[in-house]
This record gives sequence, structure tokens and C-alpha cells, in this order.
Amino acid sequence: MKYGKKIAAALLFVLVTAGAAMAADIVKIGVYLPVTGGNAIGGQLEWNGVKLANKETPTVLGKKVQLVFVDNKSDKVEAANAVKRLVEKEKVNAIIGTYGSSLAMAGGEVAEKAQVPMVGTSCTNPLVTQGKKFSFRVCFIDPFQGAGAAAFARNVLKAKTAACLIEVTEDYSVGLASFFERSFKKDGGQVVAKLNYQKGDQDFTAQLTEIISKKPDVLYIPANFAEGAIIMRQARELGAKFRILGGDAMDNPEIVKIGGQSVEGFSYTTFAYAPEMPNMNPTQKKFTANWRKAYTDKDPNALAACGYDAYMLILDAIKRAKSTEPVKIAAALAATKNFPGVTGITTINATHDAEKSIGIMQIKNGKRIFLTVVNPK
Amino acid sequence: MTLDMFIQHFFNALTLGSLYGLIAIGYTMVYGILRLINFAHGDIFMVSAYFVFFGIALLNLPWVAAVLLSIAGTAFFGVLVDRIAYKPLREAPRISALISAIGVSFFIENICLVLFTGVPKPMPRYDPLVTVMQLGGARILPLAIFVPAMTFILVAGLLWMLYKTPPGLAMRAISVDIETTRLMGVKVDRIIALTFAIGSALAAAAGIMWALRYPQIHPFMGVFPGFKAFIAAVFGGIGSVQGAMIGGLLLGFLEIMLVAFFPALSGYRDAFAFVLLILILFVKPTGLMGEKLEDKI
Repeated sequence: MKYGKKIAAALLFVLVTAGAAMAADIVKIGVYLPVTGGNAIGGQLEWNGVKLANKETPTVLGKKVQLVFVDNKSDKVEAANAVKRLVEKEKVNAIIGTYGSSLAMAGGEVAEKAQVPMVGTSCTNPLVTQGKKFSFRVCFIDPFQGAGAAAFARNVLKAKTAACLIEVTEDYSVGLASFFERSFKKDGGQVVAKLNYQKGDQDFTAQLTEIISKKPDVLYIPANFAEGAIIMRQARELGAKFRILGGDAMDNPEIVKIGGQSVEGFSYTTFAYAPEMPNMNPTQKKFTANWRKAYTDKDPNALAACGYDAYMLILDAIKRAKSTEPVKIAAALAATKNFPGVTGITTINATHDAEKSIGIMQIKNGKRIFLTVVNPK
Repeated sequence: MTLDMFIQHFFNALTLGSLYGLIAIGYTMVYGILRLINFAHGDIFMVSAYFVFFGIALLNLPWVAAVLLSIAGTAFFGVLVDRIAYKPLREAPRISALISAIGVSFFIENICLVLFTGVPKPMPRYDPLVTVMQLGGARILPLAIFVPAMTFILVAGLLWMLYKTPPGLAMRAISVDIETTRLMGVKVDRIIALTFAIGSALAAAAGIMWALRYPQIHPFMGVFPGFKAFIAAVFGGIGSVQGAMIGGLLLGFLEIMLVAFFPALSGYRDAFAFVLLILILFVKPTGLMGEKLEDKI
């Protein structure tokens, strides 16, 4: 029986490789995204981004690229099944997806076993690619934003000293702060104070009084918007003059309502693309124009751009690999350097996460504006 | 540490401590009379802030009117909680009422979560209290003086009521022996309702001032202040009004000064408060003012 199984497996392998060889004139890229369920809005935008990219660049190495779409219905089990179908039935060369980190983790397990590379669109949890050879992503991981905030503080604001106020009970906050500290120091800056608080705290006066006495040039608060707004309010009430920076968890219009005047000038990190951003590069201009032509009812956004970039990143890897074999595509993906995407210049690092440009948003006159793009080192 | 910084920390601590104290009084009053830890107290505190928010946002009331409406509404709400959740259990073992209290607490939080959503609402500002004043090198809000002053007035009024008026006498009598008091012709249920009304009105006063200081309102805003005030009440000697006030002030000062003198320990601020609770229970279970627990409320 044991031998029987092995022989069957060997036969299957031969069949699989033969199947791939027969279909050599087309490249199949599987896409699994949530276009129904709780994550549907994000999933649809990304799927539209992928389709737009496919329309712009429909061939690679002289072969036609065929998109195979499966809806993962915002469900972890469906996500795993979707990837199973893509690798077993459709025998795709590479996979795009997905929006939502937990969905990407479920799908990533299956892709890993099948040895088919998967490029995540907007799954930002560090665990998605951890310990996986075939999982990649076109977005940065959450904590990488800390590096962006540090680059903005050092290079744009010319800050020499910084302080951090960290929510110790939150991975997100601790992660962003440690990336911030590392990059800020590497860039020649000095972190003069690091204080903590806990989830649910509402009184930050003691921590802020201590921070103010150290006179930092900037204060970094990788907080959720609810805490962040009152931290800023209390800081200004205590007479703080320094600039305050944060992460994408602060991206909520409520902060202006809660923080009032105190949040004026606050800057935070986000994806390096927005349709209203100033000084677009040619890639971004082309994407925005083509999107507006293709989808007249919706504005493009960073998620749509992530879908677009995921497709282009895979095509770039196929070109460099000069092969459509999944294992070779994976090797080429891992070696990606300075790939010019809509969401910024992208390099895939050792953990298969994108290190790329980061956008800086700012609150100005009570409105959120896209300020600039920085490239962390 | 410079003098300016110390003054800054002092006023931060005074404000926080007074608020803890004011909330703690509600715990202590109910405990004194019914021997019940009213775990819903923190949620009653939260409801008062929503009353102000909706009074201003929906009814367009002036600020002071909204506050008065909120205090009245919250007092009524406190009485309602007693009627529905505690009164039917008056004769039941004490543990049943305690579990009912925990249930009511979760119920109020979750019903508010459904009704008002979890998105924090901004507390409407009342400018005379939240315009920054310069005091030497320290910057304080008028609120930092208003809160302790208001707390002092409210506590003085409460003590006068307890020791100089017939309902106060009845409350103290109930705290000693509920059955005998009933035999004396006191309408015990009415006095208990009054206790809940006063305790809740004080929680409302604290809730409104808290929301002015930390201007965001959400369904779980009462949880941590509730815990802290409970610690303050135990610290001061649960059952004693003066003790609750002193416990609240001490807890506020200890928390702020911990961060002031040991910035590296700032993350342990809450842990520190709970360690304090455990230590008090070990060393002096009756709390600072709790020697004559039985004849005080």
C-alpha cells in the first residue's frame, strides 16, 4: 500500500508537470480576494486594480496572461479552499491575494505546501509571511511605518531629538515604536524619552509632563485614534510645542472632533498613494488616468493600487526569472529590488515584506491632506 | 525635577485624585447600606456623559442645563438599576446581588455599544473650564481647581446630609441594622432608593468632569475609572465617605508620582494600582478609615 501511494504521487507529479508544459503558451495567475462578505469593499477595489493591470499589460515573455478569479467571501475556510482550487484544479503559476491578514494566512498555508508563490495585496500583519518561503506581499508590514515616520522626522522636519509614547499592551504600537527608534537613531537622531501607557487609559498628563521636560523636537505616538486624540489634546494643554507624528491607526475623521485645535499639524504615515496626492510620478499618473477611464463611478485609492502593483510585481518577477515555473518566480520575487510601483519604489526584504515609500498625511485646517512621500532607509 | 514640573504633576494628581474620590463615594455609600459592591457604578458614570452629549447635540440645551439634566437623569437611572436588578434580590444571599451587579454592568455597556456604537463621541467643550492658565512654569486648566473645589463642596454637603438630616440618620441606621430600622417605621426602600439616587448623582458629577478633562465618550469609558475608584474605596476603608475621598486622592497622587519619579515604570501604572489593592487587603483589610466600619456609611 505504501509503495502504491508513492507511485501514485510520482504519477501525479508527472501529470502535473506535463499539464503545465502543455499549457505553456499561457500564464495563469490566480486571484483570491473577498468580493462578498465583510471585506467586500476592499476586495472589490483590489480586484479592479488587478484587472486594470492585466488590461494594461496582458502578456509576459510573449505569453498571454490569464487571470483566474475565486471569491474568498471574507472567510478563512473559503480562503484556504480558494487557494486549493487555484493550485490543484487551475494549476496557476502564481497567486495574488488577499485583502485581510487572517485570510492571507489561511491561503498562504495552502500555497506554501503547493510551492506556488503568493503575493499579498494589503495584508499588513507581520505573521502573514513569517516562516513562509512562498508568501510575499506588495504592501509594507505595520511596524515598517515607524521607519517612515522616522524618515519624515529626520529628513523633512529636521528633528534631532524625539520622544515616544507607546501603548505597551498593543503589538501595533510597540512594533511601530521600535522601528521608529531604530531608524531615527540610524539616521543620527536621538530618542530622549520613551514612556508607556495601557489600553483604556485616559490620563496621560504624568507621562506628557515628563516628555515635555525633555524638550524633544517631535513626539511619536503610534496610538489608536481614540487615545491619540486625547494625548494630543492633553499635550497641547500642558504647553507642548513639538510636532506630533503617528501611524495609520490615527486615520479617522473623529480625531479632529475630539482633539479640536490640538490635532492641527499632526502628521501620520499611510500608503504612498492617494488620488489627490501632489507631485505624482509617471506610474501613478498613468494608473490614476487609466482607472478613471475604466471605472468612472469610483475613485482609485491605495487598495486599488496595491492590487495593481501585486500583478505588476509578479510580471516583473516572471520577466527576470525568464520562466513561468512557480519555484523560479518565487526566487525572482524574493530578489525584487527598487520595483517602481504605484504605491512607491518597492524592495522585497529577507522576510518577504515590501520595504517601500511611505505617504505622509497631515491635518491642516481640520482637514486631512496628503503631504508628501518619504523613502525610509 | 524642577519646581514647575512638580507643580504641574501636583495639579494633574489633584484633579485625577478628586475624580477617583468622587466616584469612590458612590461605591462606598451603596456598600455601607446594602453590603453590596455596585459594579454597575462605573457604567452609571459613563451614562451621565452620554446624557450631556445628547442634551447638547440633540436637544440644543445650554451647557449648564444639559449638566443639570444629566445629573437628574443619572440619579433616576441609578434608582432604576436598583429597582430592576437589586431590589428583587434583597433577601437573597449577598453573592447573588453581586453577580447581578456584574451582569447589570455588562448589560449597560453592551446596550450602549449597540445604541451609541463604539465610536468615541467628543464631549462638548465648556470653555471657561478648559482654557489653559499659566501658573509660573506650570500650565493648568481651571478644571484642575474646579474639580477638587466642587468635590469638596459635594462631600461637605453629603456629610451634612448624613449627620444632620432625618434621611441621613435613616441611612446610618440602615447601615447598622436594616430589619430593626424597618421596625422603627422607616421606609427602608425609599431610603435605599435615595442612596442610589445620591450615589449616582455624584457619579454623574464625576462623569461630566471626567469627560471635560478627557473629552471622549464611549461605552467602556467607565470601566477603568470604576476599577480605580473601587480600589480607592477599599484603600480608604469601604463604607466610609471620608475614607473614599482620601483613598481617591492618595491613589491619584501615587499613580501620577510613580510616573513622575520613575518614568521608566510608566507602563506599570495600572498594575501598581492593583498591587496596592492586594497589599491593602493583606495588611489592613478594613482600609485606612475603616476601623469603625459598622456604624459609618
